[in-house]
Amino acid sequence: MSDTSKVQGGVLGWVDARFPLSRMWNEHVGEYYAPKNFNIWYYFGALSLFVLVNQLLTGIWLTMNYNPSAEGAFSSVEYIMRDVEWGWLIRYMHSTGASAFFVVVYLHMFRALLYGSYQKPRELIWVFGMIIYVALMAEAFMGYLLPWGQMSYWGAQVIISLFGAIPGVGEELALWIRGDYNISGVTLNRFFALHVVALPLALVGLVVFHILALHEVGSNNPDGVDIKKNKDASGKPKDGIPFHPYYTVKDTFGLGVFLIFFSAVVFFAPEMGGLFLEPPNFQPADPMQTPAHIAPVWYFTAFYSILRAIPDKLGGVIAMGSAIFLLFLLPWIDRGRVRSVRYRGLGHKLALGLFAVAFVCLSYLGLQAPSDLYFGLTVTTWAQIWSAVYFGFFIFLFAYTAFGFERTKPVPDRVTD
Amino acid sequence: MSEDKANNSRRRFLTGAVGVVGGIGAAYVAVPFLAYWNPSARTRAAGAPVEVDTSTMQPGQKVNVTWRGQPVWVIRRSESAIDSLAGHDDVLSDPDSAVASQQPAYAQNMYRSVEPEFFVVVPICTHLGCIPSFMPQPGSLDTNWPGGFFCPCHGSKFDNAGRVYAGVPAPTNLEVPPYRLADDGVIVVGEDQEAA
Repeated sequence: MSDTSKVQGGVLGWVDARFPLSRMWNEHVGEYYAPKNFNIWYYFGALSLFVLVNQLLTGIWLTMNYNPSAEGAFSSVEYIMRDVEWGWLIRYMHSTGASAFFVVVYLHMFRALLYGSYQKPRELIWVFGMIIYVALMAEAFMGYLLPWGQMSYWGAQVIISLFGAIPGVGEELALWIRGDYNISGVTLNRFFALHVVALPLALVGLVVFHILALHEVGSNNPDGVDIKKNKDASGKPKDGIPFHPYYTVKDTFGLGVFLIFFSAVVFFAPEMGGLFLEPPNFQPADPMQTPAHIAPVWYFTAFYSILRAIPDKLGGVIAMGSAIFLLFLLPWIDRGRVRSVRYRGLGHKLALGLFAVAFVCLSYLGLQAPSDLYFGLTVTTWAQIWSAVYFGFFIFLFAYTAFGFERTKPVPDRVTD
Repeated sequence: MSEDKANNSRRRFLTGAVGVVGGIGAAYVAVPFLAYWNPSARTRAAGAPVEVDTSTMQPGQKVNVTWRGQPVWVIRRSESAIDSLAGHDDVLSDPDSAVASQQPAYAQNMYRSVEPEFFVVVPICTHLGCIPSFMPQPGSLDTNWPGGFFCPCHGSKFDNAGRVYAGVPAPTNLEVPPYRLADDGVIVVGEDQEAA
């Protein structure tokens, strides 16, 4: 808004004449009008930004004492935990932060599903968000190798072997990724480089794109109403409030609540009963001995369940890949015009609920041994059932919306309180 | 040429030519960056052959060695373990070791070895790389179990020659590395058997 603001003197005026400081602040914070009816689901975007900063800061600090070699990695992590002042806190903030990142990102993504935030005109925000999600998975996967514990090692072994399923070039590709015939210090070193430099750079850049795309089209809201359609005489949306101070203050409150839970985990349950830091990871990596039960960290287990549900290596990899890829296509699979679940058909409400249940069940099943029994069925059978529900959601959503089966309610002109 | 009339077709040609030449250059520059990830000379050298003395091994005994950073098991099969290889071809996915990448040509037989008595195998599950448990005793997994290898990660089963069962996640038989029977009962893992 540099055309409306008068030229100021002082330091700010001097800077503004040389760098668009006030203009950027106004565009993205001071005069960014967000819908006034944000609910609890709208905290998780800001919270993921906070967790990203936490990961960057604690990550840089950990790097100061971490040794990325097969001989030194495990003991350098123990050194940070025992001998470095406050090292345990920095490390637990980082390891808990990784899980917290996925908690807030999954809730943030579910918010988009609830209120149709991926629909036109926000397709690109969703696609950038999905790329962030995939980059985040790569970042978490590579970070998990670094402590060089048994689960680090064998988890990486399993995941890199997935590339070996690609016909023809698979084995060569896996060798190229490892840089060795087996996972070794060579692999550890390159994962370290990618984890601390390449992927964080990419993530920060992608987050900037995500937010720029959001501010270009404006935020969605729980009613899925376009607030830009109702503007007052000065051109401000009637249902919009400036991001600052309204949402900066609200998000700060949300951050306070989040930090209560986050600190509780960091101080009282940093391993989260083996969910955030798995028990086998307290033993150094041993290429000659597989742990009895390999499970990835909880945030990957839904996709791991889908992988295990298919009794064929290549088929499993394809199923797992499509489970993620279908999410990318969501803006084009959903042909509905009504965004918010509040005004959508009953079928969509039920399907979305079932989809969330499927994701949670698959996540749980991925942590269990494949031969365990629940209600007389094996974990593998249950994983097949819930995988069918997971994929069924996308098929149903397309059929339901493309062929006019959905009976929507009228969407109000203005947001409701 | 005149100042006010740009030669657009020449501009397009030059822009295109710069794009093509620059693109080829960028592709060449990408090669060192990609090849940098390949196993280095030191890593390759660490993959040198390993010798195993089998002269003191008892029937049923297993010796673990490391070759190319991977575990290799040398197993002296007992008579019963050798006999257990017959009679269950129908439950195997590849009983004749037809997938050529999983063993050298000289080990493509029902024993998947040069001599039936000595079995050399990379005990890495062909599903997702876990190390299967060595369970050579019949009935040690279930009543029909003829003895073999069982992967605890995802339940893949292999017989005493590392042949995979049908209907388990692992797609192929366990890999038999190249090896050579040298003098005095020494097995050299990583060197090919000379043609007989």
